[in-house]
Amino acid sequence: MKKTPIQLMLNGVKRQVEIEPNDVLVDVLREKLGVKSPKIGCDRGDCGTCTVFLNGRTVRSCLVLAIEADGAEIVTLEGISKHGPTKLQKSFVAHSSFQCGFCAPGMVLSATELLQKNPKPNRGEIQEAIAGNLCRCTGYAPIIEAIEDATKK
Amino acid sequence: MPITCDFDYHKPKSLAEATKLLVRYKGRAQVLAGGTDLIVWLKEGMRSPEALIDIKAIGELKRLEIKDDALHIGARTTFAELIESDLVKKRFPILWEASRTVASCGVRNRATLIGNLCSAVPSLDGAPALLVHDARVCARGSAEQREIPISKWFTGPKRTALLTDEIVTGVVIPVPKKKTAGVYVKLGRYSGEDLAQVGLAVLIEEENIYRVAFCAVGPIPKRAAKIESLLQGKKLSDDLIRKARKLVSQEISPITDIRSSLEYRQLMAEVMLERGLKAAAARLLGKGPALGESLL
Repeated sequence: MKKTPIQLMLNGVKRQVEIEPNDVLVDVLREKLGVKSPKIGCDRGDCGTCTVFLNGRTVRSCLVLAIEADGAEIVTLEGISKHGPTKLQKSFVAHSSFQCGFCAPGMVLSATELLQKNPKPNRGEIQEAIAGNLCRCTGYAPIIEAIEDATKK
Repeated sequence: MPITCDFDYHKPKSLAEATKLLVRYKGRAQVLAGGTDLIVWLKEGMRSPEALIDIKAIGELKRLEIKDDALHIGARTTFAELIESDLVKKRFPILWEASRTVASCGVRNRATLIGNLCSAVPSLDGAPALLVHDARVCARGSAEQREIPISKWFTGPKRTALLTDEIVTGVVIPVPKKKTAGVYVKLGRYSGEDLAQVGLAVLIEEENIYRVAFCAVGPIPKRAAKIESLLQGKKLSDDLIRKARKLVSQEISPITDIRSSLEYRQLMAEVMLERGLKAAAARLLGKGPALGESLL
C-alpha cells in the first residue's frame, strides 16, 4: 500500500514518519517512533493501557489510525515526566500504587487529565476518571488513594 | 492486532466533497468520526471498506447549539463535549445522563453520539434519550438532504435507514414546550466501560404525559407504546406502576448472551421501569435523585 508521510508533535518534538493508511497509532508510536509507554493490552479500547494525550485529551491509541494524528500534538507518559516525576507520580510511588505496572502509564495519564480539568475531584469522580483503565494487581484502592492524596498537598 | 484490509484515506473539508467521495466509492466507503467502533470492526475484519472518509475536518459538522426551539448536535460532537455542555445538562438531562454512561472518559473523548447512532448496536446508550425526545436524524445525500424521525431510524441490529450515498450530519432534538423531567437508567455488570444489559429512558411532562424507551432488550432500541398508553394522563401510583411493570414483557424481547440471561434482563427491566418512573416523577417536583446518581 502507498506510504504517506505524517508529521506530529510528539512530547514537544516535531517528528515525521512514513505510515500506511491502515497503521494504528499505538503501533506506530511503539514500533516506529520508539515510545514504549503506551502498552497493547486488549487492543480494542477496553483496558486503557494504550492511553495517550491527543490534542490535549486522552484517547485510546489502539482505536486511532496513525494517519488521523497527522498534524496533531501527542503527549505520552514520557512527555509528562520529561522534567522528572510529577506530583501525581510521586504520590503513586508513595502509595506503592502499582505492582506489575502494566496499567501505570494509562492510569497516570487518565488521572493527569482529571486533575487538569478538576483539581479537587471527589472519590466518585476519581473512580469515573479511571473506570476505563483496568488494573489486575491492586484492586484500585492504592491508586485511588494516591490520586486523592495528590490533590491535597 | 494489525488492520489487514487496505483502504484509501480521505479527509474532506466540506460536506459536498464528502458526499462526492461516497458516490465515487459506490457504497464501499465508510465514514470515520471517532472510530471507537469502526477501528475495532476493521481489526476484526467485520468491515473491509475501500476507503475511509474522515469527517473531522468538516467545519459545519462541529455544532452544539439551540436554534429554532431545537438542540442541534453535529456529527463531530463527542460524548465528552455533550457532558461538558451546561446547555445539554440543563435542558436535556436524560441525554446528559446517558452520555455519562457511555464507555469510559478516554473513549468519550473520541466517540460521537452520531457515530453511536450509525453503529446502531442494540445496546446504544444514546438511543433511548433521543427516542423519548422525538429527535430527528439529519442525513445529507449527494442530491438532497432529509430528516428521518428517530423512530424510523433503526431498521435492525447494526442497520439503519441511511442510504449508501448519505452522511449523517447531526441530530435535531426539539426543546420540550412544557416542564419536563426524566432519567436514564443503565444496567451494566460494573460501573464504567460496559455495554448496557438494559437501558431505559423515562420522560415525564407536566399533566402526566409519559414517554418510555428501552435499549439492549431487543433487536433495536424502541419506545414502549403499550406502557405509555397505560400511563398517559394518569397520576403515578403504586397500583399504576404495578400494571406498567406487567406490560414490560410485552414491550421487550431480550436474549441471553455473554453479559446476562434473558430472565435477568426481563426482571431488571421491570425494576428499572419502577425506579425510573419514580425518579422522573420526583424530579418533576424538584426532588428526586441528583443527576447522574445511579438508581441501581
